[in-house]
Amino acid sequence: MGWALAVQGAAGAISPSLPPELREPRLATLRRCLDLGAAALRAGRHALDVVELVVRELENCPHFNAGRGSVLTADGTVEMEASIMEGRTLRCGAVVGLSTVVNPISLARVLMEKTPVIYLAFDGAEAFARDQGVETKHPSYFITQDNIERLRQEKEANKLQSTKGQSPQEIPSPTDGNSRIGTVGCVAVDAAGNLASATSTGGHANKMAGRIGDTPIVGAGTYANALCAVSTTGMGEDIIRYTVARDVAAVMEHRGLPLRDAAVRVVAGMPRDTVGLVAVSATGEVCMAYNTIGMFRACATEAGHTEVGIWTDDVDANGESVSIRL
Amino acid sequence: MGWALAVQGAAGAISPSLPPERREPRLATLRRCLDLGTAALRAGRPALDVVELVVRELENCPHFNAGRGSVLTADGTVEMEACIMEGRTMRCGAVSGLSTVVNPISLARLVMEKTPHIYLAFDGAEAFAREQAGWIPRTQATSLHRTTLSGLRKEKEANKLQSTKDQSPQEIPSPTDGSSGIGTVGCVAVDAAGNLAAATSTGGHVNTMAGRIGDTPIVGAGTYANALCAVSATGKGEEIIRHTVARDVAAVMEHCGLPLRDAAARVVAGMPRPSVGLVAVSATGEVCMAYNTIGMFRACATEAGHTEVGIWMDDVDANGESVTVRL
Repeated sequence: MGWALAVQGAAGAISPSLPPELREPRLATLRRCLDLGAAALRAGRHALDVVELVVRELENCPHFNAGRGSVLTADGTVEMEASIMEGRTLRCGAVVGLSTVVNPISLARVLMEKTPVIYLAFDGAEAFARDQGVETKHPSYFITQDNIERLRQEKEANKLQSTKGQSPQEIPSPTDGNSRIGTVGCVAVDAAGNLASATSTGGHANKMAGRIGDTPIVGAGTYANALCAVSTTGMGEDIIRYTVARDVAAVMEHRGLPLRDAAVRVVAGMPRDTVGLVAVSATGEVCMAYNTIGMFRACATEAGHTEVGIWTDDVDANGESVSIRL
Repeated sequence: MGWALAVQGAAGAISPSLPPERREPRLATLRRCLDLGTAALRAGRPALDVVELVVRELENCPHFNAGRGSVLTADGTVEMEACIMEGRTMRCGAVSGLSTVVNPISLARLVMEKTPHIYLAFDGAEAFAREQAGWIPRTQATSLHRTTLSGLRKEKEANKLQSTKDQSPQEIPSPTDGSSGIGTVGCVAVDAAGNLAAATSTGGHVNTMAGRIGDTPIVGAGTYANALCAVSATGKGEEIIRHTVARDVAAVMEHCGLPLRDAAARVVAGMPRPSVGLVAVSATGEVCMAYNTIGMFRACATEAGHTEVGIWMDDVDANGESVTVRL
């Protein structure tokens, strides 16, 4: 029992040769998220508050594919999406197609708490943001030079693949270790046993305008019920069709498996190199599982376990790791 | 075994006093859907083709809340959404926020078959539609129907009343003309080769916020198919989303080893009353139509010769034992 917290900053083909200047700022942000989240949990904050504040921190960091630093659509624009869910009540909120909202996860929460609607998109979501007075900025605020460059590389690779007859999914990842995909997310269980999950992303680099991924889909990228809270990352289309986040909870419920076994079973059943997830249970279990090369991740528990890492051989943990690579 | 097909045209507070002139055109369309669907299945068409053609028929019928005849947003506009899924491969396609596409379910299928994505919405989805060969320009006006305009006006009136009475939006009583403020159309099928498919389409929830997305295009909520079963749900979109209804039916079959009917009944029984209806078929040819609302427009047919059409429990026109469950 006791509180627990886990954070992810994307799973994918994160090259082991990722240079320190691309690795350290992200790890530093993950550590800062652990500090903020753990402090909030110790202070008795509700799990819903904790996952929101951690994801806001990740959205504000330009090195992650969410909020500022989101990857760009094929049109060079930003279309952000996010969702949040509370386990005890199954309340949830999701937003899609945002281009000016500084913290999409907070808009998702406002939607959940102030309207009978779960899911709001594009112009309607932007209008709601203005009605609610949430912080917005000019679209250029979200666009970073790294992502402009990443889009250019993706378009080049697409030209090559269409001459080679490859499908878009076969395009090799950029060699700078930056994935064309990516998500940020946080799951938490507080001292009272309340569970919550939150996930946010800019989506898929060079995606068609209007493309929606797994992140705002309850049951795919985000899910929480009375048993566990899950946030996923990876190939959005695979996560949607395999209803990953919901399945972890369903396996726990119907098969009576502990969190770790349920998470392993679900991730092992996915096509390889498609998914990573972080999860916590009502009883304070934590699991971080992935079937990709790496996953930016971190976790902390009331019992004092902490862990930060990207691959399996770089994990900085005190105590036995809760990470599983399949 | 053998092929089977089930169709829904919305579950909700469908008043038993719904007059014949509002009941018969919808029942006639459901019967026509059964005829078209069974003819296609007998001719050996795959389940994916069958669910698409049936849902197109429902979208084209102005008496259902999908395609032409979609309910209107608070701004008086149409925002249609749809989803299609193939069980064997788990391929799927979904669209939201359409205003000019005549058959949203067919656009969802094109997203599935022609893009690396599953889900396109709003301007991006409309742009994709325009790029497809054979696209016919339509203005939004052709999706509007006189009943939907009067439906919006009634909802806005009811909303004004409820805000003076301090009721939440969900407490607004349904219009007494039997037209639900919500509604969906959907079809599930298993073909002679055991392939499963599900398709659902809707105009959403009347007088809702522009940009609201419901359960219909959410894989696992309103629509789902895998190797075990295919499910299409209808009802209160937000409840269907948070309870991942369509996925849960398949999960209960898989993990608890229950037959389709028991799995569907269990999932529907676990939902708030009244909130949901669903139609489902399994790979072995089972059919189930379950709901916890006052009624659900529905129909089904099997290769063994069972057919059934109805709205409530006491009006069912069936040959053989009904596959309907009301919870």
